[in-house]
Amino acid sequence: MSFKRVVITGMGALTPIGNDVSTFWTNLVAGVSGAAPITHFNAEKFRTRFACEVKGLDINNYIPRQEARKMDPFTQYAVIAADEAMKDAGFAEDSVDLDKAGVIWGTGIGGLKTFEEEVSNFATNGNTPRFNPFFIPKMIVDSASGVLSIRYGFRGPNYITVSACASATNALIDAFNYIKLGMMNVCISGGSEAAVTIAGVGGFNALKALSERNDSPETASRPYDKDRDGFVLGEGGAAIILEELEHAKARGAKIYAEMVGAGMSSDAYHITAPHPDGLGAQIVMKNAVENAGIRPEDIDYINTHGTSTPIGDPGEIKAIEKFFGEHAYELNISSTKSMTGHLLGGAGAIEAAACVMAIRDQIVPPTINHFTDDPEINPRLKLTFNKAEKREINYALSNTFGFGGHNASVIFKKYED
Amino acid sequence: MSAIAERVKQIIVEKLGVEESEVTPEANFQNDLGADSLDTVELIMEFEKEFNLSIPDDQAENIGTVGQAVAYLEENVK
Repeated sequence: MSFKRVVITGMGALTPIGNDVSTFWTNLVAGVSGAAPITHFNAEKFRTRFACEVKGLDINNYIPRQEARKMDPFTQYAVIAADEAMKDAGFAEDSVDLDKAGVIWGTGIGGLKTFEEEVSNFATNGNTPRFNPFFIPKMIVDSASGVLSIRYGFRGPNYITVSACASATNALIDAFNYIKLGMMNVCISGGSEAAVTIAGVGGFNALKALSERNDSPETASRPYDKDRDGFVLGEGGAAIILEELEHAKARGAKIYAEMVGAGMSSDAYHITAPHPDGLGAQIVMKNAVENAGIRPEDIDYINTHGTSTPIGDPGEIKAIEKFFGEHAYELNISSTKSMTGHLLGGAGAIEAAACVMAIRDQIVPPTINHFTDDPEINPRLKLTFNKAEKREINYALSNTFGFGGHNASVIFKKYED
Repeated sequence: MSAIAERVKQIIVEKLGVEESEVTPEANFQNDLGADSLDTVELIMEFEKEFNLSIPDDQAENIGTVGQAVAYLEENVK
């Protein structure tokens, strides 16, 4: 059996720096930060009082109110991104066999806000159980993919992948593999997250994972800078339409790029801390490159996990130096989390979109907020500090690593017939 | 229209997203107003909250139309 080829034919994004792909990409190249004081709740007593929230969004412009109120924000974000992607893909009536069209979405946490509200109601109503009948279907983590399949009538594979901050990348990998195997023709993949909530911020604060640079939110996410002090929580998501190549050609679809490789690995080390030498990160990049059937030297750009934490950033960099050898200093590296913050389960989706756009426009988006070199980070690396760079990009690699030691990487290639 | 009927109508308009004109006494939540079984459960809970009473399940099963809801509430709300 020969494997099918998989291409990207549509994208949608709802991010802290833009509510559609075009705005997101323009701001990513321009180096715009999405960080600002938290507006979703009163964060006065929190150690961290800022985040990368989605901005200027009136849900009712996208989803009728009666439908929207039965969705947690993470599902609303999924719908908004997927609507854009489906429109972008431009499927004509009857051009898709709905039985062979799937939804594989990634989310790390699910309906955190819904859970908080319902349990808070219980506590403030004298411990009387008056749970809303929509509580469970709104809150459960798979509801986003369920809602999307109903929305578009896609009757193929339908589920959510959960691997913390690698979730959306795992979703893309599953979608890629099933299309490769001929089990689907089309898949809405990607991921979303809406964890800028009381428990989200409070919980990550308790882990000491978040930046506490409250006096300067927009410079807080500073991957590879000596004075980085944690990640900045983000929210939103992106939808990527993956399609079997011949299927895409037959309907004359616009092709952004090809997805050519996927790797997975585990640190098998600690539930939250990454392996200090980036062992799992080395393995996952090796697996992805081998899966793509290319050489490490073929990679032109790495969109790193690079969350701006003291331990995580150097571990991934060490892994890149070990796996790529001299080529580590030839390729470009950037962490777009310096602008978007960290979307947790949605990160792999917006970063995949960033890689695809980087290939389309042959531009590496920057790692912003670089002020002071870190002696732990080799200065020979091209970390694309502060300013986007034009360069030839044939292959782009996206890394994502999650609590639990989950690592997932995907490789996109400039499309050639 | 009684005060209770007016409040019931507002709850239905709010929760089901229908026009006030559709909320007639004969209108069935599921057949006429687009509710599914979960919406109906939610409506009953809203009535309980709004009118500060508890509607037993065997009674709730008999409330399928706007008129039935109003009649039940007019009889049971103190």
